[in-house]
Amino acid sequence: MSSTLDHKKPTTAAPAGSARGAAASVLRLRELPVIIALVLLVLVTYLINPLFLTPQGIKDLLLNATIVMILATGQTLLIITRNIDLSVGSMLGLVAFGTGSIFAAMPDIPIAAVFVIGMFFGALLGAINGLLVTAAKVPALVITLGTLYVFRGLNNAWAGGKQYFAGDRPDAFGALSVDTVLGFPIITLLAIVVVAAVAVYMAGTRPGRDLYAIGSDPDAATAFGIKVSKRVFLAFLANGALAGLAGVLYASRFNSVGATTGTGMELTVVAAAVVGGVAIFGGSGSVTGAALGALLLTTITSSLTALRVDKFWQQAIVGVLILTAIIIDRVASLRTARKLRISEARNV
Amino acid sequence: MSETTSTTGTAAAPVADNTRPLASEPKGRTGAARILAGRDAITIYALVAFLIYAAIAIPRFASPVTTGFLLLDVIPVLLIAMPMTLIIITGEIDLSVASIAGLASALMGVLWAGGMDIWLVLAVSLLAGIAAGMFNGFLIAVLGLPSLAVTIGTLALFRGLALVTIGDNAVANFPKPLTAFFTSKLGGTGIPTVMIGVVAVIVFFGVLLHFTPFGRGLFAIGYSKEAASFVGIKVARSKFWLYVASGAVSALAGIYWTLRYTSARSDNASGLELAVIAAVLLGGVSIFGGKGSIPGVIAGVLLIGTLNYALRLARVSDVVLITVTGLLLIVSVVAPSVGSAIKQWRHTRRVRRNFTAGSS
Repeated sequence: MSSTLDHKKPTTAAPAGSARGAAASVLRLRELPVIIALVLLVLVTYLINPLFLTPQGIKDLLLNATIVMILATGQTLLIITRNIDLSVGSMLGLVAFGTGSIFAAMPDIPIAAVFVIGMFFGALLGAINGLLVTAAKVPALVITLGTLYVFRGLNNAWAGGKQYFAGDRPDAFGALSVDTVLGFPIITLLAIVVVAAVAVYMAGTRPGRDLYAIGSDPDAATAFGIKVSKRVFLAFLANGALAGLAGVLYASRFNSVGATTGTGMELTVVAAAVVGGVAIFGGSGSVTGAALGALLLTTITSSLTALRVDKFWQQAIVGVLILTAIIIDRVASLRTARKLRISEARNV
Repeated sequence: MSETTSTTGTAAAPVADNTRPLASEPKGRTGAARILAGRDAITIYALVAFLIYAAIAIPRFASPVTTGFLLLDVIPVLLIAMPMTLIIITGEIDLSVASIAGLASALMGVLWAGGMDIWLVLAVSLLAGIAAGMFNGFLIAVLGLPSLAVTIGTLALFRGLALVTIGDNAVANFPKPLTAFFTSKLGGTGIPTVMIGVVAVIVFFGVLLHFTPFGRGLFAIGYSKEAASFVGIKVARSKFWLYVASGAVSALAGIYWTLRYTSARSDNASGLELAVIAAVLLGGVSIFGGKGSIPGVIAGVLLIGTLNYALRLARVSDVVLITVTGLLLIVSVVAPSVGSAIKQWRHTRRVRRNFTAGSS
């Protein structure tokens, strides 16, 4: 085993540090295309329709992005490890309805407790996914397609025709998505904190880097001594907890929660991650990129409205955006591969 | 393991090697046993067992009315499942099928409302499906982009184009004889007349997959793209045509949907892609590619269809149906791995026993 590892060439560490090196590394950022697209989109929309960037306009933009941002963060953890979770929409629905039921049963429960319960509930659902995927060694796509139906069915059975409305929940809970701090809605700030925390975890800690290693080459990761199953399981758990958080926030942000809450959300979430530069085959991409992708996808809808583009065009444009993101990613990875080949050839 | 830590020392003791097959152990099923105990055969047994149970236990189940409604309901999934089977066998996926069906439906509505001849309308809708399939095929087979990501994109794109085409209108005044034909039955059997066309599609894909070099090539691609291209299989070309076929059949399903419900809307057949994939996987097709069969998939589609229909007849509420679909899918993929884990454990135990018997 170790003898095969010895044959590996020493990695070619690029001498960086100079100003030019820094500029080049900014240009190589995977998130760069999505940042440029976002800035251009906001700028052009603002120039044509200045009402787009009023405080209220900005607030709406951020509020619309918040929930997808959190879900995309969790999804990124999984996509990086070559997994996927299609059941996020159903998990969000279950937790959102659960939140409604809790408030209906115990109107005086502290809001923080609801958040904790919601995240635990989500983590439990995520653990079911994770256990099935890691124990049975079945692709996550299939398992989570199954749990998408199962969780949705449970939600249907639980909710029936019942819906909980914003009036059933304490005002302070709803205020979370109305009140702002420095122009940012509170739930958006919460989302940003979550994204930042996960981003730091992924970039700077051993378990975070392990997830990238697993996605790059699961066999190599195993040979290197990474506990692949455990890490993947925990990624599913974390994704579930984040979906739970998103579910609680959904109940705060939207008027009604019922049997169909969150239906069809899974593809939007995966799309956000893909647009944000997360490679669908694992191993590369970042949480920040995925969150920006979510922001871009939701912003495009609002800016098309502000530009008075026929609303029927929105979905088609989202589709084009996803395809563009994949092609850009492909071109970038081809260039990196060529560069690596050249530098490796020099190094022999 | 000692050999992973020491690089210089020779292997001190022979280690029980559970990868080496034993002479005393059957190497794998052959002949009839392979067909009768295969993964897809199990789905067929499950279908037959369930049909018998339902006919006995559920009142009003065994009747021509059942056959009629059951088949009318499963036709869209059954149609799309055919090309989907071939695509998944090559190790790819197509999530945009339902959107292509929606696009075909929307086009039908607009063109018919615009006064075009109905046969021309049908032809244009079918061509639109083929064009959509070619677009997918170009991105996946020619540019080599990952199919999962591409078809998530085209899922949004084609559904978006359907919205652009017809907006939130619905067109319902299709020619009466045509819509009546699409719900008509073959005599007193209860079998819908359109099943003739559906069977033709099934036979086409069944023969293509199981009895042609092209079909054998698809299995090879699913096992290993590199190996397949080394033995002369045109991987990119095969994939391209599969996506074209998928687009064409999805458009047919869209046309069927429109005429069966007499309504052309942009959201027709939305969400159908997951139902199709669930049915295909339940039918024993491996999501990794390289394994699967058309009979198994037909059984998978019919099993989900009958189960839903029977539960509805038995007044089990709709909410349970969706859970059953999900559970079936999970069990169908988890059970084989549990089975193979048990087989592996027994194999290891036998190797150990042989090993200790041999060394003493």
